[in-house]
Amino acid sequence: MAYSEKVLDHYNHPRNVGSLDKKDPSVGTGLVGAPECGDVMKLQIKVNPDTGIIEDARFKTFGCGSAIASSSLATEMLKGKTVDEALQIKNTEIVNELSLPPVKIHCSVLAEDAIKAAITDYKAKMEVPSVSPLQTA
Amino acid sequence: MLNFPIYLDNHATTPMDPRVLDVMLPYFKESFGNAASRNHSFGWVAEEAVEKARKQLAGLIGATSKEIVFTSGATESNNLALKGVAEMYAQKGNHIITAATEHKAVLDTCKRLEKHGSRVTYLPVQTNGLVDLDMLRDAITDKTILVSIMYGNNEIGVVQSIAEIGSICRERGVLFHTDGVQAVGKIPVNVNTDNIDLMSFTAHKMYGPKGVGALYVRRKNPRVQLTAQMDGGGHERGMRSGTLNVPGIAGFGKAAELCQQLLPEEMLAHGALRDRLKEKLMAELDETYINGTMDSRLPHNLNISFAYVEGESLLMGINDIAVSSGSACTSATLEPSYVLKALGAGDDLAHSSIRFGIGRFTTQEEVDYTAGKVIEVVRKLRELSPLYEMVKEGIDLSKVQWAAH
Repeated sequence: MAYSEKVLDHYNHPRNVGSLDKKDPSVGTGLVGAPECGDVMKLQIKVNPDTGIIEDARFKTFGCGSAIASSSLATEMLKGKTVDEALQIKNTEIVNELSLPPVKIHCSVLAEDAIKAAITDYKAKMEVPSVSPLQTA
Repeated sequence: MLNFPIYLDNHATTPMDPRVLDVMLPYFKESFGNAASRNHSFGWVAEEAVEKARKQLAGLIGATSKEIVFTSGATESNNLALKGVAEMYAQKGNHIITAATEHKAVLDTCKRLEKHGSRVTYLPVQTNGLVDLDMLRDAITDKTILVSIMYGNNEIGVVQSIAEIGSICRERGVLFHTDGVQAVGKIPVNVNTDNIDLMSFTAHKMYGPKGVGALYVRRKNPRVQLTAQMDGGGHERGMRSGTLNVPGIAGFGKAAELCQQLLPEEMLAHGALRDRLKEKLMAELDETYINGTMDSRLPHNLNISFAYVEGESLLMGINDIAVSSGSACTSATLEPSYVLKALGAGDDLAHSSIRFGIGRFTTQEEVDYTAGKVIEVVRKLRELSPLYEMVKEGIDLSKVQWAAH
């Protein structure tokens, strides 16, 4: 299968690889996928609590080249956006930007899921800690 | 000097030996006759080439010329063996035994036969990739007409206990077919000492051309009969109609002759290169697992899983080396390799597997380059892998609640 130039570029030069301190209250962590399915993405955002702006984003991905490229691109798209703006990111933007073929669309879906999971984690951390998770469950 | 890309996918196909091509060329040009033309020299020349090749093939596997039926390839040979026996021996029984790790040409033929009234037992394999012989004995019933177990596996290279399986079948009066595609020409195969009744093999896995294969059909003790699956001029003793592919067959014959000559030295040389590759990879990379036993294995096969690295992404990083992966992403079905799954190692290791196949033209320099490149890319991808990071943090991945998708 031939890869698009942009997938190759992200694969060869992945942006924002790494990990943020997941215990930091301003960091949201999303971990999606499963090893037996062949792809797992960990995507983290660091949010400025005063402005709501995502100041840093990091990823690590186990998966095919398109999965790596999708998550690498996602971190680029996240930086500088507010949390609410980030929630608007759609997988189709990733598909278009990377020219993903139909069999690789699930990689972009996983990246969107990872963004949403990271934001959900961040928001949960921002909630008053006295609220028992059982009440919200 | 290295020439790129490096070809290490010799289980998929082998490059043609130039000596094979030389033998084939005249049959495309001046010697274009139909081997079935009995009344002129064009036909006689073609027939002579076919009969020479038949002898060369028979010589390689310890058969006689009359036991070789030419086909278009091993997929056709497997189809003919299984369907031909099922139809011919329908009065005797309808039960076939095969294994979960067989090639699709056998498994899908069995599935087809099931739709037409056959009963098929798919034996599981042990974690080492081998069929449990007691399980095979227990599976044979008075309705069993055929056992089909491959010689050497195309993915993990394990070599089944063919002579013992053949002897079990013979004791019980059941025909034994083996898919010998990966083994013939690579390791010693003898249809008599191995108790084989039918065997499929093909030219393009042994440095011959694509589009020509053979089915060995035993002529005595027992005499095996087949119902032809293609109607026509009754070629190949009525078992396979269709004008013979004379250039292909001539090349197949030469390829077999070369394999027979070179086999002892190639087994050693390919085994040494394979072991060199394996040792380099395993010395430099942790959490690296061999799929299938090393104790009974084709000398040119290495199938290895690099945990926490996905196979297709690894192939992408070593794109100047031609190999294949059991990862779902590299398969047409988007399912990880069913052969690796049958070993029970877990889907994650199937996704992380790479198959290397050493061949006649592989050099030590190529192997060393490959080892270095794979080590570099696996390390890079592990830096990118959340799984590797989690394991290094002491997290047990099997205890994580994954959101399967």
